[in-house]
Order: sequence, then structure tokens, then C-alpha cells
Amino acid sequence: MRVSIFITCYNDTLFPQTGRAMVHVLERLGHHVEFPAGQTCCGQMHYNTGYQTDALTMLPRFVEQFRGAEAVVVPSTSCVTMMRDHYPSMAQRLEASGKYPGIVAEVNALLPVVFEFSEFLTKRLGLTDVGAYFPHRVTYHASCHGLRGLGLGDGPESLLRAVKGIDLVTLPDIERCCGFGGTFAVKNAEVSSAMLAEKVQGVLSTGAEVCAACDNSCLMHIEGALHRQRTGVHTMHLAEILASEPEPNIAAEVRSGDVVAGDSEAVVWV
Amino acid sequence: MGLSTDGQALDPRTAPEFQTAARSVLNDAQLRKNVRHATTVIQNKRAKVVGELPDWQELREAGGALREHTMKFLDAYLEQFEANCTRAGGVVHWARDAAEAREIVVRLAKESIGDAPSEVIKIKSMTTEEIGLNAALQEAGITPYETDLAELIIQLGKDQPSHIVVPALHKNRAQIREIFQREMHLPHLGETPQDLADAARSFLREKFLRVPTAVSGANFLVAETGGVCIVESEGNGRMCLTLPRTLITIAGIDKVVPRFADLEVLLQVLPRSATGERMNPYNSIWTGVHPGDGPEQFHVVLMDNGRTDVLADEHGRETLHCIRCGACQNACPVYRQTGGHAYGSVYAGPIGAILTPQLQKMEHAESLPYASSLCGACYEVCPVKINIPEVLVHLRSRVVERKTAGLRVLTNAEALAMKTAGSLFRSERRFRAAQRLARMGQGVLARKDGSGEKWISWLPGLLGGWTQVRDLHALPDETFRQWWEEREKSKKHAGGAA
Ligand code: SF4
Repeated sequence: MRVSIFITCYNDTLFPQTGRAMVHVLERLGHHVEFPAGQTCCGQMHYNTGYQTDALTMLPRFVEQFRGAEAVVVPSTSCVTMMRDHYPSMAQRLEASGKYPGIVAEVNALLPVVFEFSEFLTKRLGLTDVGAYFPHRVTYHASCHGLRGLGLGDGPESLLRAVKGIDLVTLPDIERCCGFGGTFAVKNAEVSSAMLAEKVQGVLSTGAEVCAACDNSCLMHIEGALHRQRTGVHTMHLAEILASEPEPNIAAEVRSGDVVAGDSEAVVWV
Repeated sequence: MGLSTDGQALDPRTAPEFQTAARSVLNDAQLRKNVRHATTVIQNKRAKVVGELPDWQELREAGGALREHTMKFLDAYLEQFEANCTRAGGVVHWARDAAEAREIVVRLAKESIGDAPSEVIKIKSMTTEEIGLNAALQEAGITPYETDLAELIIQLGKDQPSHIVVPALHKNRAQIREIFQREMHLPHLGETPQDLADAARSFLREKFLRVPTAVSGANFLVAETGGVCIVESEGNGRMCLTLPRTLITIAGIDKVVPRFADLEVLLQVLPRSATGERMNPYNSIWTGVHPGDGPEQFHVVLMDNGRTDVLADEHGRETLHCIRCGACQNACPVYRQTGGHAYGSVYAGPIGAILTPQLQKMEHAESLPYASSLCGACYEVCPVKINIPEVLVHLRSRVVERKTAGLRVLTNAEALAMKTAGSLFRSERRFRAAQRLARMGQGVLARKDGSGEKWISWLPGLLGGWTQVRDLHALPDETFRQWWEEREKSKKHAGGAA
């Protein structure tokens, strides 16, 4: 299948290793991956902070970049939720402005082929085992947008359960928010921190070496506290775990994702 | 007896911003423990009884549709209620705002009291809290006695409600015992729930039998019959509704339902969502007056107090569908940390975050729509399917509209930052340039940790909140798009060489 990646602005800038891992998994599964170069941001930060007029202007760019895509795959539950929940009404506002004739129809045609990464694997391709190997103790943070926004249910964990060597432990209170919430983490820093403290306690109680999720924004927040507290626990996007392969001889740091010399496509995730 | 509520009243017009109020609550370990415990217990009870109903989602759907329909024809249903209530012997009054409502209730109470001692008994009512009725009664020389156990605790403790269903949820048993010991003059009061309930019972019984005027709120007003419905768990409500000579009910205009049969849905979803009970122990519905049975005089005050303004906002109006079950408060991870008082309004938690600023015509409580991580737990439990996150985001846009009107955007750091970011995202070239600049700019902030990775542990200005308790991974040397382009290039080279 021809798969177009929408990397999202923050993954592009802060978490390129997630994008590389996603490309690696998709190509390993035999798909042809494309990356439309003009893409930037889905508009979520602006929309959710109340700057909806600014968010509106980002939709035409998205449509233009992904017009005609067979599948658009996104490594972020919150961005996909944003698109599904708000793009239809945003398109209507744009169409009503008279400047973007036909955008409602375009958005309606495009949205059904937009998938969050784990959702693409489980729901669109019907897979659980993607041939990964990751001999570590892992716990999975469900993320509110994955759980309630997209209704991913057991999907991501079913992918993790199929990873060879993995020791998957359920996170207590898995349905509870970690306290990130975009600009909430800055505007209400103290409350956000209090929520984070409970989440971190939960992660530590599992004894996991790695906390995984389908959303790097939650992970950036959780990782920030895990690192500040010198817990030694790492965070990884689900794609990075699924990209890991049985290469026990090559030692690489968790989340380093280095390109192995001589082969530009072999990314090793140990 | 010190029955005055002279603790600082929750008034959104004067309350500090949520983030400021929350900061001080977060230091109160006991309060946070109480809130965490209580909300967890109620949530679990709710989950159990909701789980018993195979048609729960259909019931929510029906509840939502019912409320939506009612709001669409609110004017007609209110008039129908007025006509039917009047026909049954009730007297209906209309109050435009809180001041008018207080004035009407005080006047009616005075008329009823006559030469008797100036007292009224009260059933728990958030509407009376909304308008500060107790203070108004006291100012007029009338002593209100709260008869709901939790409200009694609040009143005796000179406290404020922190939850719409369980107003004293932030207090634990030991603290309640202490209040009772002090205020009821019972130094030897025991500490079991039974002891506390017994103390409250004997304290209140005498008042039920003596005071001939009662004030209540309402859960529902039935347009079809003119009946008023109240559900409760303790029986104090039933006493107030049956023993006094005069009953004064005050209700927001949003409390009306079209038909008696509509209660079939609402009385299934409300108790399950509110207290985790299949049915409330006491369900009272009364219609007008009946000679020889119950109050001789019955008044209903229908109050607007900002509700028609809420109704006028197409994207905000579903807020009025609320049936005040409090499930969203129990489910909210923010409320879980702060409890109710930080919201500076008698309506706290997610429902408070959308209702309060709207009732204030967006002139106050502008920080409340931001008191949420938009996690959606509230929407998931709401028995009438109010999409609270959606309304929160809509209200944020109304706050921003006010904040950025005209040139004000230039003096607002956040607005300026958002506008700048917006312009970056509109151009791939500018976005790339910004990515480069950010990488250069972080130079002075990023430091290597023990494993040689670069982290940032201090950020300036608006972003400082982040680094109070978290580090931030430094920007990687290469963005995804740079990696991709390099890869494509080397692929091409490889292809060309072959
Ligand atoms: S908004 Fe919904 S969940 Fe919250 S109190 Fe109202 S009815 Fe209950």
C-alpha cells in the first residue's frame, strides 16, 4: 500500500526517532512510504487553546499535502483526534467563507483514510504481530485521546503483547489522564504536576524499564519527571518498540535509533 | 448558636484565578486525601450500577435528546409549567437575576413567618448557593437551618460547598466530628458514622417540628402537571416538604422537563450517576397544594440569572442540559487534585468550568475553561452526554476573542506567541527556519546528563511552569524531515550508481 506519513510538527522537531521507527515498520511490512514535504501542523495547539481562527488556516495546507493519499498515518493520538473531531466543522467554516470552495467534500474524502499509527496496523491492516523483538519490561500509557478520543481499546496493547521477548505489565489506573493536556501543562503547571506525580508513581509501581504510548506529548511530560527524578525508567513511542528487531549483538541505547553504518535503512532498536 | 455562614462565600466575580487558588489547595494534604478518597469511592459505586444496565448508552442518548428538545422549546414548557402549577394552587414568581430571586424569597419568607421566630428550614439546593440566599436571609434577620447532613456540616463549619452533590466531600469523619462537638456542644460525641448521624438527627428533629417555613430547590419541574420533583437520600427533604405550612421552591429555568413520563429516563440516570444508587431512597413529587395534606402555601420562583444568555450561544447551550449529578466532578483528574473551592464558584469541576463563566456572561471566571487537560473523562460519564471538552474549547475561543480584540493582542505574551506560531505553521519555509533557530537557541539551556544525553532543566517566561518538576529532552540534531530528505538523496544516488 502507498502510505503517506503525517509526522506532526512536534514529532518532526522533537521526536524524529519515532518517525524513523514508523517508516521502518511500514517498510518492513512491505508498504511504500511517502512524506509530503510541505506539511507542518494539524492546528491542535491553536484550536484547543482558543485560537481557532489561526487553527483554521492550517487545514487547507493539510488537504493540499495529502490530497489523493491511499492512507495517511500519524504517530499521535491527539492530532488524529483533533482532525476527526474538528476538521469537518472547520471545513464548513472555511467553505462558508467563500475562499475554499469544495473543501468540505475534500475533507470528507480524506478523513476516512487518516489513521493513528497503531490503529493503522490493527484496524486497517488487521495485524497484531509485526515481527518485533524487545526483551524488556514495558508498561503502556493509554493516553486520553487514544482511549476516549479514538477508542483504540486493546489495539496498542495487542500489538505489544505480540512482541517477542516483551514483559508487558498493565499500568494501574490506565484510564486516568497523565496531566499533560497541551498548554494546560504550562498554564496550570502545579495541577498538571500533581497529576503527573500520580502517573509516575503508577509507572514506577510496575517495575517497568520502559513506559510506552502512542503519543509523544504525554511521554515528553512523563519522561520529563522520570528524568528529573533520576528513576532510570525510559519512555518510548510504540512505533520504536515495534521497530526493534532481534539483533542481540548490536548494543544501542534505548531511544538512540542510530543508523547502522553501511546500511541506511537498517535501524536497530534494542 | 453560631449558624452564620461567614466563611468567604464562593463568588466568581471576586475569586482568584483557578491556577492561583489551586496552588494553595495543593499544599493541603489532608483535603487532597479526602477528595481523592471520596471521589474514588463514588466513582466505583457509579461504575458498578451503571455496568448493570445493558442499555446505559441508550439511556444517555435518550437523556441528552430529552434535554436538547426541552431547551429548544424552553419558553413554551416554562409557560406550561406556570399554568399547571398555578391551576394546582401554587404561586409562580419569575426572577431575572440573583438579586431579584433573593428579594422574592426573603419577602415570601417574611410573609410566611409573620410574628413567629424568624427561621426557615432548608433542603440542599445549589441554586440557593448560587445566589447566596443564606446570607440574604440572615441580613433580613431570618436564620436558615440547613437540614441536609452535608450542608449542615458546611453551615456549622462556616465552610463552603465543594461539590454539587456531596458538598462536604472535602471533610473526613474526624473533621466532621470536631465540628459537631464544637457547634452542637457535644464534647463527648463518639466517632462512628452512627454517632454522627444520631447527633445530626436530634439536632435537626426539633427544627423540623418547630419551623413552619421551608425553602427548597428542585431537581425537575414537570411542565405537563405543574409538579416539582426532588430526590434525596436522607429524608430531610421529605420532612421539609410535608411538615411546614409554607414551602418556597427556587429553581433555575433549566430545570423543566416536558412530561411526567420523562422522569422515567432521568430518574434512572440521575441516582446512578450521582451517588451510585439504583434509585434514590426518597423521591418526592408534589403538585400545588392539597387541603389537609402538606404545606398550605406553595411558591415557585423561576430564576434566569444568566441562563438565557447561555441558551443564546449555539455552541455553549448544551451546558443547560446538565442535571447536576456531579459525575463529571468525580471523574475529573483536575478536580481530584484540587477539590471544589479552587474553582471559586459553587459549581466546581468540569460542569463548573463551563457553567460558571457562561452564567457570568464571560466577564468573570475566564480561567475556568482552562482548568482542564481536555482528557474527556467528564464527557464519558455525563448521563446526558454533554460534550464538556467541546464546550470548554469553545469557551476558550470566547476568552481569546475578548483578550485579543483590536490591538490588545500586542500586549498579551501568550496571544503574541500563538499568533507567531500560527504564521510559522502556514509556511514550510518559516517552519524549517524556526526549527533551526530553536536548535541554536537552546544552546545555553541544554546540559548533558550522566549518560551524555542533552536535557534542559530550566526554561524562561511562560514555559517556566514546565521545568518546575520536569526536564525537557534537548532538540535532536536532525529533524525527521531532514533525515527523510537525506535518505531520499542517498537512495537516488544509490539508484543512479546502479
Ligand atoms: S455535566 Fe453531566 S456529568 Fe456533570 S453534573 Fe451535569 S449532568 Fe452530571
